[in-house]
Amino acid sequence: MTRTGLCAAALAVLALGAGASPAAAQVELSGVWQPRYHEDLPERIPGPELRDYLGLPINDSARQFGDSWDPSRITLPEEQCRVHVSPYILRGPLNLRIWVEKDPKTQEVLAIKMYSSTYEQTRTLWMDGRPHPGPNAPHTWMGFSTGRWDGDMLIVETSHLKQGWIRRNGIAMSDRATYTEYLVLNGDMLTHIGVLVDPVFLTEPLVRSQDFIRAQRDLPAQTWLWVCEPVVEIATQTEGDVPAYLPGEHPFKGEFETKHHLPEFAARGGAETMYPEFKERIREWLVKNPRPAPAKGK
Amino acid sequence: MAREESSARASEGKVMRHLFPRTIRIAAVTAAVIAGAAGAAVTRAGAQQAQNFDTRNFDGVQLDIQQVSGNVYMVVGAGGNTTVFTGPEGVMVVDTQFAPLSGKILDAIRTLSDQPIRWIVNTHMHGDHTGGNEAIAKAGRTRAGGNVVGDIGAAATATARIIAHENALNRMVMLDPPLPSAALPTDTFFNARKDLLFNGEAIQMFHQPAAHTDGDLLIHFRRADVVSTGDLFTTVMYPFIDAANGGTIDGYIKALNTILAITVPSNVNEGGTMVIPGHGRLSDEQDVVEYRDMVTIVRDRIREYVRRGMTLDQVKARKPTLDFDPRYGNDTGFWTTSMFIEVIYKQMLAANPPKTVKPATPSRRTNK
Repeated sequence: MTRTGLCAAALAVLALGAGASPAAAQVELSGVWQPRYHEDLPERIPGPELRDYLGLPINDSARQFGDSWDPSRITLPEEQCRVHVSPYILRGPLNLRIWVEKDPKTQEVLAIKMYSSTYEQTRTLWMDGRPHPGPNAPHTWMGFSTGRWDGDMLIVETSHLKQGWIRRNGIAMSDRATYTEYLVLNGDMLTHIGVLVDPVFLTEPLVRSQDFIRAQRDLPAQTWLWVCEPVVEIATQTEGDVPAYLPGEHPFKGEFETKHHLPEFAARGGAETMYPEFKERIREWLVKNPRPAPAKGK
Repeated sequence: MAREESSARASEGKVMRHLFPRTIRIAAVTAAVIAGAAGAAVTRAGAQQAQNFDTRNFDGVQLDIQQVSGNVYMVVGAGGNTTVFTGPEGVMVVDTQFAPLSGKILDAIRTLSDQPIRWIVNTHMHGDHTGGNEAIAKAGRTRAGGNVVGDIGAAATATARIIAHENALNRMVMLDPPLPSAALPTDTFFNARKDLLFNGEAIQMFHQPAAHTDGDLLIHFRRADVVSTGDLFTTVMYPFIDAANGGTIDGYIKALNTILAITVPSNVNEGGTMVIPGHGRLSDEQDVVEYRDMVTIVRDRIREYVRRGMTLDQVKARKPTLDFDPRYGNDTGFWTTSMFIEVIYKQMLAANPPKTVKPATPSRRTNK
């Protein structure tokens, strides 16, 4: 199964398991959490390769957006402190703190708070049943989130997100995306599954998961900080310039698939590339295009 | 920017005659020769924008009031967004939406302040931003003194004053059918900036020449730290370059960069200076960055294609807006994606005409 298929299966199992617990037995998520990167490591830590869209249910508009994206864009002062949106931020390196805010008079839970050290983002998951804002309210990196318990599983719905990344190589998430999360505790392991729906760039929901381990001690204060101060990095850059490649003229076109000996139709992504059946197409291609034997002496 | 058809829309030629005084008309005709067929489409869009669209039924429109910062509010209805700024000296209203919505706008203002409306500011000349000028001005009153009040009495203070750039007024007085004089700006300026201290707030109005039109203003409320952009920024569609009323893509991009020069975000590119767009949701600098990036990328692509000598059809075949179409594109309405591409193409072609290839000069030497 692909990672996405695994995630979908895991989600189903988690939903079944969570449903067996009584609603009143809400688990305690408060604490310090640290991510484990065994899932999708190359994408999450070193970072994705350019034009690697494999496994993403993207449309042609998303492909052109990614193909045009020049990494020099993040040299622009106004882009340097760009925050990862909530559907992406938990996939990167971070320290995560979760705590509960209660009404002091009733001790009812008002909200669950999540603080990510990356970009110093505090996220509020409203648990008091309030509605989401209307269409004219501002959008933020973390969006507006409401949560509810389904047994021991916390379900979070998020809207009002800013434009961000689906994959950090130019595959964008639009500000019309919505995000549903499922958080399940297994001992000291927290499993987080996110389902992203984006009517602008995705043809199907994108399902991804991450795991976190509860830390037994807090971390030094400065590990929770992220100070960002934009500066002019390129003296010759004209104010207002926006680095971008012309569509179809990406200078590293073909590099990813050549390096990994993959067909172009795989590298270009699309919903088909998420599913287990896609392995058969790769296998057929490899039969016709066998991997070259390594050169002698290597 | 309204998308509705105007039943009162005159034929293109008739509108052109009434939109422009003679000298401007000559320039417009020259531009039209350069712009060709695409210019005609843009002119139709411009004419549509200039009207008040009084025939539309606005009964079902419900206004949404968003508090932006301090005493600055964004009122969303059916036309361009309205900014309302309240304080002890009175109320300032930036853009007045369509005329039939004036009653609802006034009701909304009265929920925010019982002080008199002193000032209206028009960010530009289009009817979806100026249609309520007359009714809202008449509901307000200004301060006046000296001999003029002695001469003309209460009429000197009977309405709020209306600020606009002179170019906007010049366009508005040429509309057909003509606007009532009470709907026209009373206070215009022709230089780059106008400052005003009102309710203890420093308010700066920056003229952005040749952008959405040739009479656009950015309004910066310095203490509240809010910018009202008019149609120099929207979150709902590609920028409408109203070439018939002096708009240009390069000027539009300059205006977006001017907004970015004014705005200061927090250290994580969020919040800080808030931005009230001409249409769409409340925004901040990062939203303008995304929009500026999009507009600049599309302009740069088409400019390069023009430089390579491509025709308009060839440029369209390259789909220069494909990555942004699901977010901002329109196949129908007064301003389509195709019209957006066309106006950029024509303006890039005019600014960067392809080099004429001269016939090779015959060599004086003969091959022997």
